[in-house]
Amino acid sequence: MSSENNILVKLNNVGFQQNTKWLVKGVSLQVEKGKIVTLIGPNGSGKSTTAKIALGLFKNIEGEVEKYTNNIGYVPQKISIDWTLPLRVKDFMLLTENLRDATVDEALSMTGVSHLKDKNLGNLSGGEFQRVLLARAISKKPELLVLDEPVQGVDFTGEIALYELIKKISEKLNCGILLISHDLHTVMSATDHVVCLNGHVCCSGTPIAVAKNNEYKALFGEQAAQTLSIYEHKHDHVHSSDGEIKKN
Amino acid sequence: MFDDFFIRALVAGIGIAFVTGPLGCFVVWRRLSYFGDTLAHSALLGVTIAYSLEFNIAVSIFLVSSIIALILIQLQKKTNLPSDALLGLLAHSSLAVGLVVIGFLTFIRFDIMGLLFGDILAVNKKDLITIWVGGALILLVLRLIWKPLFASTVNYELAQAEGLYPDRAKAIFTILLAAIIAISIKLVGVLLITGMLIIPTAMARNLSDNPQKMVVFSVIGGLLSVFIGLFSSLEFNTPSGPSIIAAALILFILSLLKIKQTIQLKN
Repeated sequence: MSSENNILVKLNNVGFQQNTKWLVKGVSLQVEKGKIVTLIGPNGSGKSTTAKIALGLFKNIEGEVEKYTNNIGYVPQKISIDWTLPLRVKDFMLLTENLRDATVDEALSMTGVSHLKDKNLGNLSGGEFQRVLLARAISKKPELLVLDEPVQGVDFTGEIALYELIKKISEKLNCGILLISHDLHTVMSATDHVVCLNGHVCCSGTPIAVAKNNEYKALFGEQAAQTLSIYEHKHDHVHSSDGEIKKN
Repeated sequence: MFDDFFIRALVAGIGIAFVTGPLGCFVVWRRLSYFGDTLAHSALLGVTIAYSLEFNIAVSIFLVSSIIALILIQLQKKTNLPSDALLGLLAHSSLAVGLVVIGFLTFIRFDIMGLLFGDILAVNKKDLITIWVGGALILLVLRLIWKPLFASTVNYELAQAEGLYPDRAKAIFTILLAAIIAISIKLVGVLLITGMLIIPTAMARNLSDNPQKMVVFSVIGGLLSVFIGLFSSLEFNTPSGPSIIAAALILFILSLLKIKQTIQLKN
């Protein structure tokens, strides 16, 4: 198969303007099947905006978006459930798609939160909630996953485990993933291509290349680039969120 | 059987409660109670237009409320005023215009109290058909748009990103809201219809831990309110709308006891 046919979404020189201020401008990138593209950049650099452009959430954009799939799973950066709406995890799992119970269970156990199935969404901790959000997005076996800071609020070991899971998902489902992260270290091993944003594309390439790039260093500081190696060690066991320890 | 005015009112009330239950849930979830109020206030204008042009009242209310909803959406896009100010503007100006027009219609005998608060005697056989056929249609359409409407209530962007059409669902829902107001105005009245949408739902929230349960309890609460309200309206000769809403309020207060219990259990 040629790489042309593997493209799920392609942004051609897109930009978005709000109240005469450009949030992002001149961004080009593409997400292919089985590949993970990571957007990094400081606060306000347009990471979420770029993801939303790719999802088609804005109407008046500059440039063009070519989308080749409608089977999309999305984890938004912020989601707040109103108190007036009583919603259990298992209701939330069926939000956009009617899934079989076994499919729901499988997704929940992949992100380590099967025990929360009957809990009310409002009673979850930040990290638990993120795992449920991720479970919901992958449960429908999407072709394209867009994950906007999917591990926020998750503890450090859980963070690495979830990134490993995301990598596994992309291999297993052969889906493309557009991932947004605030730092490069933890996503290092789980990503194929990194796009560093700061209102425009600052630099892009493989994680190692971006980490060595001078513009990246200028944006994140010399230290960020140097601390990279620390995180390359391998963990031989995982801590699931109900306290159990599993050997890899 | 339908020759008795009380039976007619009861059958009408049951039909209305089945529809206000699920619609009311969305009104509460989406924080649209003041929006419902605005549509209901504009209904009075619909009634006066119906009388002056000798037009079907339900259809006229439905059209006027839908137009007001469209005007609101346009105003929200084109002005910098906050939504609640726009809603207040539309609610009170349409109510005022409706009342002024009534002042001009001196040739028609008008029961203004009946319009504002509902009249148990006013429901005729034709109204029953409007309520049950209209109500069934509303529920059918709501069933069809349930998925996108519910998903976008939880999170708009998520629903849109995953290929549901939240804007379309929202527009259709607005029309359904105008429709339920149109068919229930005679029994409940202009000023209290939002109460019928919200109070049984608020009661249901206190008793439910998931959305389906909340819809079911909301319908049950509405039905009980109609029964208790209409019987006491008959007994004490009070207007039907306020009696139904007062009954709903009592049920709501009772449901608070359950919340208190749950909190105590947790501690």
